[in-house]
Amino acid sequence: MKRLAGLLMVVLALGGIVVAQNALLINGAGATFPNPIYSKWFDEFHKANGNIQINYQSVGSGAGIKQATDGTVDFGASDGPMTEEQLKAYSDKHGSGILHFPTVLGAVVPTYNIAGVSTSLNFTPEALAGIFLGRITKWNDPAIAGANKGVSLPAEDIVVVHRADGSGTSYVFTDYLSKVSSDWKDKVGKGTSVNWPAGLGGKGNEGVTGLIKQTPNSIGYVELIYAAKNNIAYGAVKNASGAFVKADLVGVSEAAAGAVKDMPDDFRVSITNAPGKKAYPIASFTWLLIPAKFEDAAKRDAMKNFLKWAITDGQKFAEDLDYAKLPKEVVAKEMKAISSVQ
Amino acid sequence: MPDAGPSTGSRSFLSRLKSGDEIARIITFIFAATVVLITVLLVLQLWHDSTLARHKFGVNFFLTRVWDPIAEEFGALPFIYGTLVTAGVALLLAVPLGLGAAIFLAELAPQKISDALQFFIDLLAAVPSVIYGLLGIFIVVPIMRQHVQPALKSALGFTPFFSGPAFGVGFLTAGIVLAIMVIPYIISVSREVLLSVPRNQREAALALGSTRWESTWKVVVPFARSGIMGSIFLALARGLGETMAVTMVVGNTPIISPSLLSPGYSIASVIANELPEASGVYLQALVELGLVLFLFTFILNGLARLLLVLTTQKGSGMGHV
Repeated sequence: MKRLAGLLMVVLALGGIVVAQNALLINGAGATFPNPIYSKWFDEFHKANGNIQINYQSVGSGAGIKQATDGTVDFGASDGPMTEEQLKAYSDKHGSGILHFPTVLGAVVPTYNIAGVSTSLNFTPEALAGIFLGRITKWNDPAIAGANKGVSLPAEDIVVVHRADGSGTSYVFTDYLSKVSSDWKDKVGKGTSVNWPAGLGGKGNEGVTGLIKQTPNSIGYVELIYAAKNNIAYGAVKNASGAFVKADLVGVSEAAAGAVKDMPDDFRVSITNAPGKKAYPIASFTWLLIPAKFEDAAKRDAMKNFLKWAITDGQKFAEDLDYAKLPKEVVAKEMKAISSVQ
Repeated sequence: MPDAGPSTGSRSFLSRLKSGDEIARIITFIFAATVVLITVLLVLQLWHDSTLARHKFGVNFFLTRVWDPIAEEFGALPFIYGTLVTAGVALLLAVPLGLGAAIFLAELAPQKISDALQFFIDLLAAVPSVIYGLLGIFIVVPIMRQHVQPALKSALGFTPFFSGPAFGVGFLTAGIVLAIMVIPYIISVSREVLLSVPRNQREAALALGSTRWESTWKVVVPFARSGIMGSIFLALARGLGETMAVTMVVGNTPIISPSLLSPGYSIASVIANELPEASGVYLQALVELGLVLFLFTFILNGLARLLLVLTTQKGSGMGHV
């Protein structure tokens, strides 16, 4: 009996190896923000191409870049483009570069909790920068009140809430503030974690939302997708054309379209404060990081097919999951770039 | 090879091997050595992975208070301060409460009640820390902001320890949540130690005419003090290293303020929050913070041993840490 069980084990193990050899396994790691749609994509792609299995671990953009550089995964993903240093580290190690491919878009929205105010507020770039720099400290400050005529704002202290964990959300938000405020650029800068001049830190979107809900007269920022899913009220932001835009998926795609003509060939572009009347100013691409040169031809072809599918047919899953679709111009440009992957 | 264990007698190595004693000794020795090995490897790894940061910042790492990932300036002082303050507040609250409860359970309560309560206390000790964090966010923080902190401010606001705005989150709140978390440890261990005090010690005290409370407070507790001390250090170690619950209620802001109402940060929290997105010197600075935390635990354990030696010499019962 024992011998039979042992035999069975061996057969099963061998079978497992055979199956594993037939299926092509591709591993990726990185950004948490696009994880819901990436999971959906990898699942749908696997259904259509049974022999290709893509595993993705949402460990954070920084860790994704690191693992791709170390070569422990086949591809990475990031909410912020890689820096020159990071690109150099990659090509030093691998002898060839790594390419950025925008997949979908997201946005960051200001959310607040002010006693007695239920209307949607308008924020100018100056007001947002001033609040997060800790210079505008009262809700009835002219910089806020000026853009919200008819709303009676209290003379209360503003409690600022930001992300405590390193995140792409913070990257997009600080990237925006760096563009609209030279003081912010000089004193704080942009990054997944920065030295916040003011306020409390909450862990994750839910930590920030929790603090804001509980603390009267507070303001913070969360991802649009999170605000939409949880019915969190958020304010409109004045864009580069001077219009107040309340974030929605159309406004985010609009921001990307506005940035297309200045889009560099490596797609490492920030679309915060983008031109365009309807463009929402705190928006960003999220990128897949794909090696320019694969050693395994099968993996290369699978990855290229996946990318082509994701930015065309795959886009139809985006809006259901509250991501903004890529504009057509970007898709066309990416298709060309995909063919350059060796 | 370590010295032979007891009762090996004069039997030959071969016969001991045959009887299995030697095999058991070798295997268990390997297990014991693994613990030491893991500790050493851990320190070496932390030391190695923080080389860049150690060289770049040197002793300034412990003396400066700016934590700026963009400018790559890293000072650990606010995190060290926050870790010590939150753990300190926790002990200040948990020790009297925990010890009092342990004395009641061990000395005064009827056996049945004591056993039943002990069951619940053990249950509390096993609750995952994220649950305590949720308890903190949804119950402790609102109570702190609306009731406790305004009351403290109006009563003691003239001191620097209770000034500034009442956010709800902060050093005091983190300390209170930590206290709730470590009390079960103090009660559980202290109760066991108190129960193990020999009966004749109590009887001797009673025979000399002391009241029941006098025998408890002047004889039983001092006799058990090394074990009680052990429970306190266990609680402290837990408090220093606690990550999840603290980060949910401490405010996550690296500032050094004498006010307990102020938001702060702790070493374990900042590591957990920032590690996934960190790279380069930034990552190394976080690893060095881990090294600092390890050092703290090491020093504390040393102090605990020292205290144990000093107190047991004065004729108290042997406890264990």
